[in-house]
Amino acid sequence: MNRETVLVQLEEVGKVYHMGDIDLTALAGVSLAIEENEFVAIMGASGSGKSTLMNILGCLDRPTTGRYLLAGRDVSHLESDDLAEIRNQTIGFVFQSFNLLPRTSALENAGLPLLYAGVGTRERAARARESLERVGLGDRLGHHPNQLSGGQQQRVAIARALVTRPKLVLADEPTGNLDSRTSVEVMALFQELGRTGITVVLVTHEPDIAAYASRVVVMRDGQVRSDRRQAARRAAVGELLTPAHEAVL
Amino acid sequence: MTLLETLRVAAHALMRNKLRSFLTALGVIIGVGAVIAMVAIGEGAKARVEEQFASMGSNLLIILPGTTSAGGARGGFGSMPTLTWDDLKAIQTEVPSVRYAAPALRATAQVLSDEQNWTTSVTGTTPDYFDVRNWRADRGAIFADSDAESGNKVVLLGQTVVDKLFGAHIDPVGRNVRINNVPFEVVGVLARKGQSPVGQDYDDAAFVPAPTFQAKIQGGLHKFLAGTIFVSAVSPEATARAETQITALLRDRHHIQRGEDDDFSIRNLEEMANAQQEGTRTLTTLLASIAAVSLLVGGIGIMNIMLVSVTERTREIGLRMAIGAKARNILAQFLVEALTLSLAGGLIGVGVGLLVARRLADEFGWPTLVSPGIILIAVLFSALVGVGFGLYPARKASQLDPIQALRFE
Repeated sequence: MNRETVLVQLEEVGKVYHMGDIDLTALAGVSLAIEENEFVAIMGASGSGKSTLMNILGCLDRPTTGRYLLAGRDVSHLESDDLAEIRNQTIGFVFQSFNLLPRTSALENAGLPLLYAGVGTRERAARARESLERVGLGDRLGHHPNQLSGGQQQRVAIARALVTRPKLVLADEPTGNLDSRTSVEVMALFQELGRTGITVVLVTHEPDIAAYASRVVVMRDGQVRSDRRQAARRAAVGELLTPAHEAVL
Repeated sequence: MTLLETLRVAAHALMRNKLRSFLTALGVIIGVGAVIAMVAIGEGAKARVEEQFASMGSNLLIILPGTTSAGGARGGFGSMPTLTWDDLKAIQTEVPSVRYAAPALRATAQVLSDEQNWTTSVTGTTPDYFDVRNWRADRGAIFADSDAESGNKVVLLGQTVVDKLFGAHIDPVGRNVRINNVPFEVVGVLARKGQSPVGQDYDDAAFVPAPTFQAKIQGGLHKFLAGTIFVSAVSPEATARAETQITALLRDRHHIQRGEDDDFSIRNLEEMANAQQEGTRTLTTLLASIAAVSLLVGGIGIMNIMLVSVTERTREIGLRMAIGAKARNILAQFLVEALTLSLAGGLIGVGVGLLVARRLADEFGWPTLVSPGIILIAVLFSALVGVGFGLYPARKASQLDPIQALRFE
């Protein structure tokens, strides 16, 4: 593995939560390296530690033990303001429940991270528009979330994740609230991101969704149970129109 | 993130809940409005009192002659003339804190013009009297010292008397009127002065030179000054000093022994005015304090709504943190929201307060007086309320854990 292209490097990362008198081990020494442009799906039952792993990968939480190098920088012990900066500049987040601001236009929602990056109003709007166009919502700039379908809302959220031009996009069950047709659309988008130099890490419990990734990491009891590369299933637009899918819908 | 952007984000958040924002601000609107209205009314009342006392004369002392005591029945002040013309001269020349001193000999008499008659108060005095009372002639002129000295039969009429004798639009200067059947030439009409603090009409009066008054209207007693002496001190601060000095002078001149009562009395108008103003000031302070309490209640309303808002928007806060907002950005956002609410409330409150003050002033016939200072204080205070009561909710928001906040249902 070429170190130059490694984006995420976890070294024996452990996470212990103190719940009163009980110590709860969420991660028990996870080592993982993710290269640039990879599309990784993390799978596992609830309580397997996949959410904790995501939080640490996303710099929302710090490991108790071990080291986390993100783009070569050790971020294991940074202060919360520094972590906020890294989240802002290096990472994009996509959530299961979209988390868009209500009664706020798609354009403003997509541009929100730039607000905290100190980007001026005009450039913010221009980049948000560009980002929305990239996810195919160039004609929905002024729409509020409640005027958009679930798939469109998730695409606004993806545009928001992309607007800072991050190296890493973390998606936590991004298709959990979507029907299978729009799920495929969203997965197509993620696959496309991989082709444009963005690393995507996706948490899912659906094997169908994990199939679109080029690598699947399975977690169990706070450890990596299996880690394998695969030929990713192509989420072609044509696939959306196959009779099989029509039938599902 | 610039302040302008923080402001825009706050304004946007407030506009998402227009009615709620308005109701929250209403507490501050009412509070500030009440403060402004109360202070305006209080200041107006104070100005009114000041105006009334100023109309009586500047730095005014009134010296009343003393009492008689005949067979145990004690007459009131003025029942016997104890002040002499020499006393007046001594006051004029020997007391440094006195600017003017003028006699006021008073009688009620019938005044006749060719067409009408009118019974009014006739005062015999010197030209200084009009300086003491800040009174000038609207038409014609105040009679001169020479008129007073030579006992010329000239008269100054108050506007009410002119109205009664000649009608409102007639210039009586140069005409004759008769008082006690003695003809007097009208030399001037005094400017309208309105009512005294007790509701007496100042303009219902006629003035003649003091010697003329003695010779033609009152008669007798030439050593004693059968009336009062109006004194104007050199400054408002000097009135108390003038009072002591005149007391000492008159006691000395009247050979009053230590321990004996004065045979005269001095009324200090400045003190009366101060006492009355003190009363209005106390009332204003009381009302403004009550109003300030409602402002405090408004602040508590803001805190309440901000706390609700923080809870409601926990996920939003979590999201903002996840995409890069630092704790201080969140703190600033909620603080600015609270501040915007309270400041907007404060500004609207100033407007409402001014309107209410004007309406009430119209009602009472008072002047509306709102100093820019009190507006500034009210607005600053409402800002302080916003920061003070917004700080706790904002801190609470900024200290949320993004993971927990994002998971919040």
